[in-house]
Amino acid sequence: MPRVKLALEALAFLLLVAVVIVLPQVVSDFHARELAIVGMYFIALIGLNVLTGYSGQISLGHGAFMAIGGYTTAILISDHGMRDIWTIPVAGVVAGVAGLLVGLPALRLSGMYLALVTFGIAVAFPQVPKKYEHFMGGSSGKSTGLYKVELGFHTTPNRWLYYLTWAVALFLLAAAWALLRGKPGRTLQALRDSEVAALSSGVNVAVYKTAAFGISAFYAGVAGSLFAISSFLVTPETFAILLSVYLVVGLAAGGLGSLSGAIGGAALVFYLQNHADAVARWANHLPWLSVDPKQQGISSVVFGAVLIVIMLLLPTGAGGLLQRLLRPLTTRLYTRS
Amino acid sequence: MLASFTWSEFAEQIVSGLADGSVYASLALALVLIYRSTRAINFAQGEMATFSTFIAWSLMNHGLSFWEAFPVVLAISFVGGVAVERVIIRPVEQAPVLTIVIITLGLALLLNGLMYVIWGGGDRPFKGGFSSSTVEVAGAHISIQYIGIIGVLALLVVVLGLFFRYTKLGLALRAAALNPDSSRLVGVRVSWMLALGWGLAALVGAVAGMMVAPLQFLGPNMMQAVLLYAFAAAVLGGLDSPVGAVVGGLILGLTIDLLGRYVGYIGSTLKLPVALLLILVFLFFRPGGLFGSVATRRV
Amino acid sequence: MSLLELRNVEARYGPVRALHGVSLNVGEGEFVAVLGANGAGKTTTLRAVSGTVRRNGDVRLGGKKLRTPEGAARAGVAHVPEGRGTFAELSVWENLRLGSYTRRGSTKEDVQRVFALFPVLDRRRDQQAGTLSGGEQQMLALGRALMARPRLLLLDEPSLGLAPLIVKEIFDVLAKLNRDEGTAVLVVEQNANLALAAAARAYVLEVGRVVVDGPSDELRANESVRRSYLGY
Repeated sequence: MPRVKLALEALAFLLLVAVVIVLPQVVSDFHARELAIVGMYFIALIGLNVLTGYSGQISLGHGAFMAIGGYTTAILISDHGMRDIWTIPVAGVVAGVAGLLVGLPALRLSGMYLALVTFGIAVAFPQVPKKYEHFMGGSSGKSTGLYKVELGFHTTPNRWLYYLTWAVALFLLAAAWALLRGKPGRTLQALRDSEVAALSSGVNVAVYKTAAFGISAFYAGVAGSLFAISSFLVTPETFAILLSVYLVVGLAAGGLGSLSGAIGGAALVFYLQNHADAVARWANHLPWLSVDPKQQGISSVVFGAVLIVIMLLLPTGAGGLLQRLLRPLTTRLYTRS
Repeated sequence: MLASFTWSEFAEQIVSGLADGSVYASLALALVLIYRSTRAINFAQGEMATFSTFIAWSLMNHGLSFWEAFPVVLAISFVGGVAVERVIIRPVEQAPVLTIVIITLGLALLLNGLMYVIWGGGDRPFKGGFSSSTVEVAGAHISIQYIGIIGVLALLVVVLGLFFRYTKLGLALRAAALNPDSSRLVGVRVSWMLALGWGLAALVGAVAGMMVAPLQFLGPNMMQAVLLYAFAAAVLGGLDSPVGAVVGGLILGLTIDLLGRYVGYIGSTLKLPVALLLILVFLFFRPGGLFGSVATRRV
Repeated sequence: MSLLELRNVEARYGPVRALHGVSLNVGEGEFVAVLGANGAGKTTTLRAVSGTVRRNGDVRLGGKKLRTPEGAARAGVAHVPEGRGTFAELSVWENLRLGSYTRRGSTKEDVQRVFALFPVLDRRRDQQAGTLSGGEQQMLALGRALMARPRLLLLDEPSLGLAPLIVKEIFDVLAKLNRDEGTAVLVVEQNANLALAAAARAYVLEVGRVVVDGPSDELRANESVRRSYLGY
């Protein structure tokens, strides 16, 4: 019964909102900042899901769109004195337009070609700020200053960042969800499953695919903007190729086409990045192993190994696992009608 | 905008461009070998090649000469490639392509970290198989090293070409990549053909690594830039075309070197973005690359 | 003991069951047909033999269980699937060469044999298989199967989409092989008349089960069988 599914999804959303509101009260100030960053990854992953999970186009370069958003914010704040929160939508739009510009030629490319071209874009992009120094700050970057509590809230800067990020994230999540469950979402899925069939049903495939690129770039731009706000200084390294890689990892780990999985993906990517040494320390408890967690390379080995193991165990990502777990529940609901 | 020009320097640039291009071509060839069989891009190709080169370095430290270590490293790399396919790719042969790509990314990270752990992070010199002196041809000083690299690539291409065209195993490999269902019907063990493909790719990558190491220093991150160029070369040539990989690599090597040297505005900062931009423009007109067989999408 | 034995074979495509306990056998050097309407499970039966579909039940060749397609090929089963299964991007000669993949030693004789049976393939030996006409591709597919010197030949609708003259040529070759070399043949056909003229025995399938079987003459003579299951 579609209505039951709708109710379940609404319930899950409300649950999420509740958790988001309560969480900073129970975790430390530092963790609040960490959770804010998770939120930023989440925003970018939602957009990436629209592109890859729904319209079926692989992008390995969304870090570049984050960079565009981030640099837009940085330039607006540092050169034009704009208040940081107002730069967020602007950054999103600028990145979104860039996404449309990429989306158009992308129509001609398929599968791995598109993946590699977008990868190339993300690799090449950090060179651009270095070349255009006076506009974009070169290697030393552009400063965004420290983030401060705004709009009359009474809380710590880290918690403010958290609430700002997650408010934006939840709003954008709801927007994406509304978009995807309606006609555009179904059209995108039909497109992904068979372009030829969609085309012969009269769908303007080009418009949908380009729009998907634009929307996902917008989301990435917003995430990048928040990144910039949280970072004090934006340099070419802030949005290095590794970021695009993390995004794709988060996407695969969360599951393609799964908005709920995206949270898991975001969390995984963030914690794996920053706590690989913790895993190494834990691994030291095994009797036959004796590694120095601080040694260079150990965290990469751990990250890589964990990544491989996760993808081997969950080839369809957390979202796929979630779907499989929930299938008995949802099919019973369906057959009861 | 155009820098100074002499014919002898131009000749030297051509040779160095072809030499760089040969390295890109080898790695691109490895990528294409895997793409043809597994339909996925192996992001760990560069790290696997660097790892092989480190093994060569260790062997040479234990007294072997470069050319003594060379076949040993090739054999080890081949086995390693087969092992990688059997252990971490086979379980997900049917999974979405993105999953396989992520696994290769994980492998790349793992190998990179492992190299730091085993051999330490410093860059070290690597004495290759060719003398580093130059030979004078009509006023130009051509590096023997470069000639050697181009020669090795040419030999590699010929040997692989003969293998695929004239041996039963080579034919079976091609068949398994083109039509796995029919291949099974004639008794080809398709799964093992995939493993063989990975083994060959690792072997080719090892050649690329051992060729490029004398030109730079050997370090864990040595092949990362080369891998990027190899991606670009493979895309330019057509992801499922071995010929395309070689041609694409050579063209790319020449173009980047010549552009970087003679177009001052581009210099070394914008070399990579410009090269990628050119490829992008090219792909707009030929989405399958030079020799690829991907049908144009007209949507 | 028969050459090929299927006992209670079930097969499915995902959740859909295509064969519900099919049992049949083919003796050494026998020519047997499998008939029935569309969707009856004929193609699935052949796939069950060559191992290219998920199945349970007993499938034995010469007493030994067949498990994987590669194993079946090595045991002497050559399957010419629906759609021919030729390697379109490879040449005619390469296609034939792949047919003898499981055999050791020189295959020159085998290639000559195939060229003798189908001279057009000799003329087109270096051409890409995908550029051949439908009839030529069927000959190539059959030729490839013969390169393996199989004990059992499986053919899925060899007459499909071909001109009657070419169909006759192909069935003549099959009859010759069966007669002179003792190759057992299991052919799936929608054209029941054609199949019964060539085969000694036939099985009729309906909805994944064997409903009637027996010598061809009997089936042809039996009017109710003809009307209900053979369509004429």
